[in-house]
Amino acid sequence: MIPMDTTRFVPVAGVAFTLLLLGAWIAGCTGTPSEGTIPLTSPRPMAEGPRGTLLMATTTSLYDTGLLDFLRPDFEKEFNADVRITSQGTGKAMELAKRGDVDILLVHDPAREIAFMDEGYGINHRCFAYNYFIIVGPASDPAVIAGMKPEDAFRKILTEGIKGTAGIAFVSRGDGSGTHAKEQAIWKAAGFNYTVDVQKTGAWYIEAGKGMGETLVMASEKGAYTLTDEGTYLAFKGNLQLTPLIEQGEILRNVYSAITINPDRFPNQNATLANQFITYLLRDTTQQKIASFGKDRYGKGLFSALQGADCVRFGCDCTALAGG
Amino acid sequence: MNEILEGLVQAVHLIVTLNPEVIEISVRTLEISLLSTAIATIVSVPVGGLIHFREFRGKRVIVTLIQTLYSLPTVIAGLFVFLLISRAGPFGFLRLLFTPAGMVLAQSLLILPIMAGLTLTALSGVDRSKRDTIISLGATETQTVLSLIHEARFAILGAVVLGFGRAISEVGAAMMIGGNIRGFTRVLTTAIALETSMGNISLSLALGIILLAIALAVNLIVMLVQQERVPHD
Repeated sequence: MIPMDTTRFVPVAGVAFTLLLLGAWIAGCTGTPSEGTIPLTSPRPMAEGPRGTLLMATTTSLYDTGLLDFLRPDFEKEFNADVRITSQGTGKAMELAKRGDVDILLVHDPAREIAFMDEGYGINHRCFAYNYFIIVGPASDPAVIAGMKPEDAFRKILTEGIKGTAGIAFVSRGDGSGTHAKEQAIWKAAGFNYTVDVQKTGAWYIEAGKGMGETLVMASEKGAYTLTDEGTYLAFKGNLQLTPLIEQGEILRNVYSAITINPDRFPNQNATLANQFITYLLRDTTQQKIASFGKDRYGKGLFSALQGADCVRFGCDCTALAGG
Repeated sequence: MNEILEGLVQAVHLIVTLNPEVIEISVRTLEISLLSTAIATIVSVPVGGLIHFREFRGKRVIVTLIQTLYSLPTVIAGLFVFLLISRAGPFGFLRLLFTPAGMVLAQSLLILPIMAGLTLTALSGVDRSKRDTIISLGATETQTVLSLIHEARFAILGAVVLGFGRAISEVGAAMMIGGNIRGFTRVLTTAIALETSMGNISLSLALGIILLAIALAVNLIVMLVQQERVPHD
């Protein structure tokens, strides 16, 4: 197995690594001049004036649709800053924000946002966009819920599911995401105690513990119902045997908010840039971009602008920031 | 089935057209994984050598511990490093979270145990009489360890290749520490996770094929180096 040879190991390993590192370095230099080297502490050499960095934690449904990468370049140009976005799910995003690891938070879980503000972690809580969740299921619709009020539909699925009616199942995200929070809010509005009346009441209720795309695939494979954001559904539609059955209902509304992390808690926070980003989101031109996003790819916008009267009606704050 | 073929076609297309974003992500992936492997090698080979050579109390415990850490889940390695370098953590002031340097740190820690453990195994594979001969010739401890490492170099190189493989293919720590930030910490595995969650199945497969192609290239280089040095093995 081990060849008995007298050449020296250290030079061999050294040559190997030098070659590999050299190769990587050369590739880095020729391939992508600006990103080729690994910065150890500061992001990149500052050529003209200090370039800021805004670290953003966001929910997957907002980032994975591509909206933020669509809005990012104009902001970066205007404010001479890099926007670094990490999309990790609402629970994780909020945890990062509480630890001071990011400067700004973009999420969609009103109840947890209020708690976050009450605990003093954030300032400048503003709503900037909304859309609607939809309830999807097999075209055969075994529980006959198409067009029902969401609360009534959930009640019917649960009743039929517990009864053991053949072909009735519901797949839940089960991962503490914003979508999972919305699902629990609907169960509550339908008059059920989530942990007692819904969870573990039978094989009909499946907790996936996965992202939206994987949950949709699971629902499709099992011929089950599920709650989803429209963007992910449209992105996966081609691979799914699921049809939108309920698209109307106040409770399905999904409002996205931005929060600047409180700079008093973490002194090095980039609060100025974070506030500038919120101001940017609330601008008319940005709102028009939000409303147009997705039309070319899906034939319809994935998000609606959120300003003025709508904002008041939703109980949100969309007012301009002081001094913004 | 269709998607697998599509993935293959897309992989070839991305490589042939030198898609700038794919190249950028691939180069970053290679840099981070190679640097992690280099750091882990520099630490694990001498450590493995010392543990093998020295007799001390608790040696078996340490060896068992190292072997247990082979099973360290990448997400847990990531979580551990996250708690250390998060702003609220003890090394938060270094601002390493969401940087490539933080990812190198996490990946190095992740592959250290397996590389140290396999170095130990490699050294144990060296003929006992050889070791006795080296000592009887009056070699110092350092000289002995170096000679033994030299004897076991190909098995150790195997450990290095395995460590590199684990580093380049892991997604848990890369996601948690790097944050999959476009143009800064996005590597092939986290890009694959993102594309999958966006429903771009064939693009995910294509990126997976590119990752394997990079691993193949690295292994070929290692093989060439071995052969050049040992022409009549």
